[in-house]
This record gives sequence, structure tokens and C-alpha cells, in this order.
Amino acid sequence: MGSPVPGAEGTPLSAASSTSPGLKPPTRRSSELFLLAFAAGLVTIALILVEANQEQELTMRIVWLGLAYLGVLTVAHLAVRKWAPYADPVILPCVALLNGLGLVMIHRIDLAKEGDTLPGGGVWSPAAPKQVLWTAIALVLFCIVLAVLSDHRTLARYGYTFGFLGLVALVLPGVLPSFIAPEINGAKIWLSFGAFSIQPGEFAKILLMVFFAAFLVSKRELFTAAGRRVLGLDLPRARDLGPLVAAWAVGVSIMVLQKDLGSSLLFFGIVLVLLYVATERAAWVVLGVGMFCVGAVVAWRLFGHVQIRVQNWLDPFADPSGKGYQILQSLFGLGTGNIFGAGLGGGRPDEIPEANTDFITAVIGEELGFVGLSAVLVLYTVLALRGMRNSLAVRDTFGKLLGGGLSFAVAFQIFIVVGGVTKLIPMTGITAPFLSYGGSSLLANYMLVALLLRISDAARAPKSTPKPRPQQPAIADQFTVMVERPK
Amino acid sequence: MQLTRAGFLVLLWLFVLAALRVVRSDLYAASGLRVPTPGLRRGTGKAGKGGKAPRQLVVTHGALAGTRISLDGRPILIGRADDSTLVLDDDFASTRHARLSLRGTDWYVEDLGSTNGTYLDRAKVTAPLRVPLGTPIRIGKTVIELRT
Repeated sequence: MGSPVPGAEGTPLSAASSTSPGLKPPTRRSSELFLLAFAAGLVTIALILVEANQEQELTMRIVWLGLAYLGVLTVAHLAVRKWAPYADPVILPCVALLNGLGLVMIHRIDLAKEGDTLPGGGVWSPAAPKQVLWTAIALVLFCIVLAVLSDHRTLARYGYTFGFLGLVALVLPGVLPSFIAPEINGAKIWLSFGAFSIQPGEFAKILLMVFFAAFLVSKRELFTAAGRRVLGLDLPRARDLGPLVAAWAVGVSIMVLQKDLGSSLLFFGIVLVLLYVATERAAWVVLGVGMFCVGAVVAWRLFGHVQIRVQNWLDPFADPSGKGYQILQSLFGLGTGNIFGAGLGGGRPDEIPEANTDFITAVIGEELGFVGLSAVLVLYTVLALRGMRNSLAVRDTFGKLLGGGLSFAVAFQIFIVVGGVTKLIPMTGITAPFLSYGGSSLLANYMLVALLLRISDAARAPKSTPKPRPQQPAIADQFTVMVERPK
Repeated sequence: MQLTRAGFLVLLWLFVLAALRVVRSDLYAASGLRVPTPGLRRGTGKAGKGGKAPRQLVVTHGALAGTRISLDGRPILIGRADDSTLVLDDDFASTRHARLSLRGTDWYVEDLGSTNGTYLDRAKVTAPLRVPLGTPIRIGKTVIELRT
């Protein structure tokens, strides 16, 4: 917060301090390159291990997969060097390793399922090449965001536009007729256009976060106005609850209209955290969690699909080959993995349903064990931690809120996924960022990372905008020596 | 098979450790709490000999309450401008509102021609005034003070 940056422009340096005008903080791009190379090496080794354990021979296909992945990494690194030279050095390598591990696991599931016939009658088509293609497209978006958005504060100006777009994107699949928004696996969250389908909710997540950050920056007074104090909590006034109630209503309507518990939880959690970050008052969180619990209980009483989810969570063995099948296979997979895992390519991920999307963390748990899965979770933690750290250091309130919200979204999403897979919370079926197979998820999350890198760049870069400033006669006195502004 | 299994896990954790090492070496770079510049270090040391020299600036009231900025001898610009040391998001503050600067061992506050004025413990700042430790400086809705 408002911390001095070494060699900050506009702070006339006193003659005593020997800081040279050209002194710049390190960009740390070489650390990033080292970590990226490490990540690439790890992914290559993982790919070779999978092939060796599955087929005992190396095919050309993995060479292509590996080369495509390396190309993507190189372009991403060069893009960051060009457009965000002071960005955080740890964020991109973490993302690269997660994405790479995800690719390896998806490829591994392809190997296991090759030649299988699907329940619909078709044949299993390999998902890894498609995922590589999506990664490439996501990278193009990543570069566009970094190149076009040279200052994240620009986004704040379009707050309401983004909010409107986000809301439309969020609600659209729920209200459209089912020929364009089909119900897949019980959730109505897809828009399908012929051959490919997108999940607009993934993008809505980012759009709504931009809106809430911009809204909270301009209306913060409204939320800090104190009402009564009950049990050590400053409760807000009843009339100021409007936005929270609106967010709650949207969250519950997603749960009801689209039958998507995960997104509803994610959306509401993001709103609560942004409110908490903006006001520093626990009352909002307590109120919000309370409202969500009430809403969830009511939804559970009224709607069959919520009851099924809760039933599977409480007692999956009630219907082991039917409704409880997914979660039980996932638990068996994790159990087989044990502490050190079955080894890459040594597990049986074809037993787990939806292995390459919702349950990919169960596959990782099976093949890499507790040790490997916890390493993956630590990677997510480091990613979210760096995002939060940079949003603490960035100097504008909008950047702080947006950065905090984006990092929290990643952490919360992986909590919902892994919580569901390990039966800590009811299974909700959202994708693990960067790991899961899925175009929309990858595109949206790469844009999210581009925003995080942009904010971290703003937090760490020395101020170098050459703004002409009028001379101020009041500061010209004998004790202050005006020196040339550092470039 | 067993060897590769364990080896991969070791490598995976080595990556995590490498990432954490970069984070650690990076700890002070973005925090602003400690600026690793030798020239500035010397300045702080000299001021520290007095025993009661202010070490940090603390925001006590306003939207940024709780913010601390360590004093390293360089002047502190306060205002709504993005390049200020303390960026105020306050309708009652001017773009370039006030400046705190070190002369000898004392900090002085001066108003940079703000619309609503700067107050040092209720007295309006018209010329550079010496800021004693713990005396509130009011700028718009924000109150700051110097502490050791």
C-alpha cells in the first residue's frame, strides 16, 4: 500500500542519497525463464514416463505434443518480456507446470480409453490434441490481453459494461431454450454452436469481478457506513444490503435455473471476498455465509437435483453403481494412489468417470499419490499467494481489489474441485483451472493470469511515465535539490 | 518403475522449492518496506543515532488506515496522483496535496497548494512546518502521523 518504489519517479531524490537515476529494480525475467525451463523439463519427463509405462515405446505423437507445449511456453515468456517486463516471476511457471501436468494426464487418459466406445455409440476421440489447440488459442488471448491492456485501471472505466455482459453471460444458458443451451450431465451451463460449445460462466466470472471491483471502489463509503453493533460485529444498515442481496439472488438462481452448484458457490464466494477486502469488516462475510446457508437449505428442500448431490455426498454407498458411482470411483482412485501413488501411467484412470474434466485431481491423486497431489495444491497456493502479494503492493484500490479477487477465485475454485473429489463438500462439477480438459476454462483462466501479471507488473515496475509537471514554486528552497527525474 | 516414480515426485517438489526460493529472494523487492539500496541504508543509520528519529509514517484515519510507509530519507509525496508515495483516494484531497521531507534530522510538512489545505494538529500549514513525532497531520479525510 502506497509503498515507495526504488527510484520512483516524482520523488525528488535528495543529494545525499547516492541512488543513480538509472537504477531500476530487477525484472527477474531470468528467474522466470529458469523456472519455466524446469517446468518444461518436468512435463517432458512426465510425458516420457507415461509413454514408457503404457506402451514401452516412444511415438511421434508425444514429440508433437511436447514441441507444441514448448512453443506455447516460449511465446508466453516472450510476451511477458515484451509487455509486462516487471511482472511476477513465479506466476507464469506455476501456470505452465499445472497446464503441462494437465496435458500429460489428459494424454494418459486418452491412452487408457483409446478405442473405447462411448455410451452414445461413438468412439473415444483423443482429447490431448484438442487441449493443445485450446492452449494455443488461450495463449493468443493471453497475449492480446497483455498487449492491449497496458494499464489495468482502464478496466475500471468499463465496470458497468463488464458487469452487464457478465450477468448476461452467466444467465444466458439458464434461460435459453435447450436446443442452443443443452443440459449436459444435469447442468445447463453450455451454449452449443454446432461442433463446439462454450461455457460462458467461465468468462462471466472475470467480467463480474471487474465490475464488482470497480463498483466497490466508487461506492466504498456505502459499505463502510456502520449500523448497529451486535456481538462484536459492526452490522451494516439494512438498506445497504441491496448489492449483497442481489448477488445472493443471482447465486441462488444459478443453482436453481442451471443446476450448477459449483458456479453458484464460486460466484457468491468471490462477491463476499471482494466485499470483505474492500471494507475489512467480518460482518459482511458472516452475513453472506449465513444467507448462503439459508439459501442452500431451502434449495435442498425444494429441488430434486440438489437433494441427489447431497445424498451422494452423505452416503455414496447407498447407490454404489448408480448415483454414488462417480464419487466412489474417485475415492477408490485416491485410495489406490496412497501416499506415493501408482506411478505415472501405472494407475487405472479409465475407471473414474469424467476423468479428464471434473475428476482430474482424482487421477493425479491416483498416479502421483498424496505427495504429488499436495505438490499440485502447493502450486495453486503459490499462484494465489503471489497474486495476493502483488495486489497488496499495487498502489491503486481497483488493482488491489481485482488482483485479490482473481487470486481468490483460483484458490477457491481448486478448493471446490478437490473438496468435491475428496468428499469434503458435495461434488459440484466445476473444472480445475489449467488442469482440466476444456476450452472455455483454459481461455478464461489464461485471461485471468494475464490480468494478474498486468497487476503485478504495475506493482513492481518503477514509475517511468514521463508526465510533464508544472513547476511548483513552494518547494524551491535551499534544502531541496531538484535532480533530474530518473528515466 | 519404482525409481522413476519416486524420482518424479522428488523433481515435482524440487520445482515447488525452486519457486519458493524465487519468492523468498523476491520478498523485499515489491514490498517497499525495505528498499535494498546502500545509499539509503546509510541515511537511516545516521538518523537512527538520535534515538528518537521517526522511522515510519502511519495512516491513522481514513480509507487507507493502517498503512505504514517506512521513511528512508527520501521525500514523501501525498495526493491523488498515481505517482505519489501515498496515493489518496479521497474527494477532499488534491492531486498533489502535501509533501513530507527530511532536513537534517527533522521531517517537515509543506502544502503543495492544495484546495482544502493541510493541517498539522489543527494549525493550517502555510509554510514548511517541523513535524514532531506522533503529531497528527490531516489531509482531507486522511490523518497520518510519524512514529519511531
